[in-house]
Amino acid sequence: MIKKKHKRISFVIVLSIAILTILFAIIAPLFAPNDPLATDFLSILQEPSDEYPLGTDQVGRCIYSRILHGGKVSLGMTFLLLILIFILGVIIGIAAGMADGIIDTIIMRISDIVLSFPGIVFAIAIVGILGPGMLNTIVALSVIWWTKYARLTRILVIEVKNREYINAGIIAGAGKFKLITHYIIPNIISPLVVQLALDIGGMLLTLSGLSFLGLGVQPPTPEWGNMLSEGRAYLQTAPWLLIYPGLAIFIVVAIFNILGDMARDILDPKHL
Amino acid sequence: MVIVIFGASFLTFALIYISPGDPAEMMFRAQEIVPSEEALERAREEMGLNNPFIVQYGNWLINLLKGDMGYSYINTGPVTDILRQKIPMTIKLASVALLFLVMFSFTLGILSAIKKSKFLDYAIRGLSLVGISIPAFWLGLILIYLFVVKINLFTITNPGDFKGVVLPGITLAIPLIGRYTRQIRAAILEQLSSDYVVGARARGINERRIIFAHVLPNSLKSIITLFALSIGVLLGGTVIVENIFSWPGLGSMVMSAIVNRDYALLQGYVIFMASIYITISFTVDISIQALDPRVRLKGDKSQ
Repeated sequence: MIKKKHKRISFVIVLSIAILTILFAIIAPLFAPNDPLATDFLSILQEPSDEYPLGTDQVGRCIYSRILHGGKVSLGMTFLLLILIFILGVIIGIAAGMADGIIDTIIMRISDIVLSFPGIVFAIAIVGILGPGMLNTIVALSVIWWTKYARLTRILVIEVKNREYINAGIIAGAGKFKLITHYIIPNIISPLVVQLALDIGGMLLTLSGLSFLGLGVQPPTPEWGNMLSEGRAYLQTAPWLLIYPGLAIFIVVAIFNILGDMARDILDPKHL
Repeated sequence: MVIVIFGASFLTFALIYISPGDPAEMMFRAQEIVPSEEALERAREEMGLNNPFIVQYGNWLINLLKGDMGYSYINTGPVTDILRQKIPMTIKLASVALLFLVMFSFTLGILSAIKKSKFLDYAIRGLSLVGISIPAFWLGLILIYLFVVKINLFTITNPGDFKGVVLPGITLAIPLIGRYTRQIRAAILEQLSSDYVVGARARGINERRIIFAHVLPNSLKSIITLFALSIGVLLGGTVIVENIFSWPGLGSMVMSAIVNRDYALLQGYVIFMASIYITISFTVDISIQALDPRVRLKGDKSQ
């Protein structure tokens, strides 16, 4: 009992840190000392100094300001994508779970085919064909990742749909729509939200990885992945171009991974 | 399985079909000829681009089954030949990573489970969190900076020898090691709390014997399933790692194919990756059935 309480308290702390991280990413640009896009050819590849706290890059842009601005792009894309996939996956999953027979089979076969590709390879291929860019990356990743939530939702729906309280709802005269929104969704939502929390870190890594490859967010827009990709050539002469954006990704991903783990532990202690 | 491969091939073809490029124009451009409208039209006719979608797909599929994946105009060679040339390098990289993965995740996972809630357990869990959260592309660059630029321990210019393969292998393996250490730990802990372990302990059987003779074989099934799922991550990871280390394998190839809009090569890559992935998943399914009579019996009942 005490241990459980202890767990909840640490969860609340990590959750607050995560929310603060998100809030900070939104307001961070206000703290940026310099314009993230302003180039200054008199001070290229400078080491960290008072004017440029984390140094400057190959065209004299302030790395600190670029990281602060980049957070909004990286995190913003991650959450946009996750919300998109979540909604898409849950709707399709409920449709598959509620409908018997042919619709269910069709949806499941489609997701089998999508899952038969190694996810990231498929994403790279789709972005490669559509052309690099932020929007295309989001499209490519949604095409793949909805299957995960659709499958999870379907299993959960099938599990609850024959329970007594659902029958009680039907007897009470609830329509199909009301049955889904009032009886089914509240009973399946928590594992889905835990899954969502577990996926934040991985999604951020995937998105910045694609930007690193030059497929996602395009320069000069600052994003942590593409900052690393631009800084690669200066590995020997100016390592600070690489250290800080990567550190930013690492810390944020770690925070969300801890959050996801804790959410899962509280909901499903068996996993510990 | 056949249906899934068939669907995958259809999807790949459809993707390329809706892509904005015109293969006929691309062929001329690669030869640095500015074609007339007439020449373009003739080339389209010859390449069968004027046929309906389903006919094009049929022809493409028949060629694919014959082992002909089309022609890469950028690299001037049949796609099959280019793939054949690059595949061994990627397999080499992936095998080294897999070796690291098995070595470290088993050792750390078992240690962590045995020492549950002790210092070592917390340290290993902390490390695996780092492994999961660290971006592979950053890790690779940092490793290059530390081991190649600062202390000249490894090389990255020579992918052939031992010194050249260590860093990319580690970079590819670390995120997966983090993940598997945790899952192996969880799988073993689940077994450790089961009745037969309590029974064995009560009979005074050596703890080491319990772990290696009973717990490990029993948790092998879930561990193998996890490894199968990780193959996709491993294959995807090669693109980033090969890119960082200029490793001349499939990952570097697909990136240059994307930059050059070499769709035939891209298509060949996707088909190859999908068939490897599907084959591995299928093999794992079968081997699990062979390993575990419970799954086999359950399967028979449902049939």
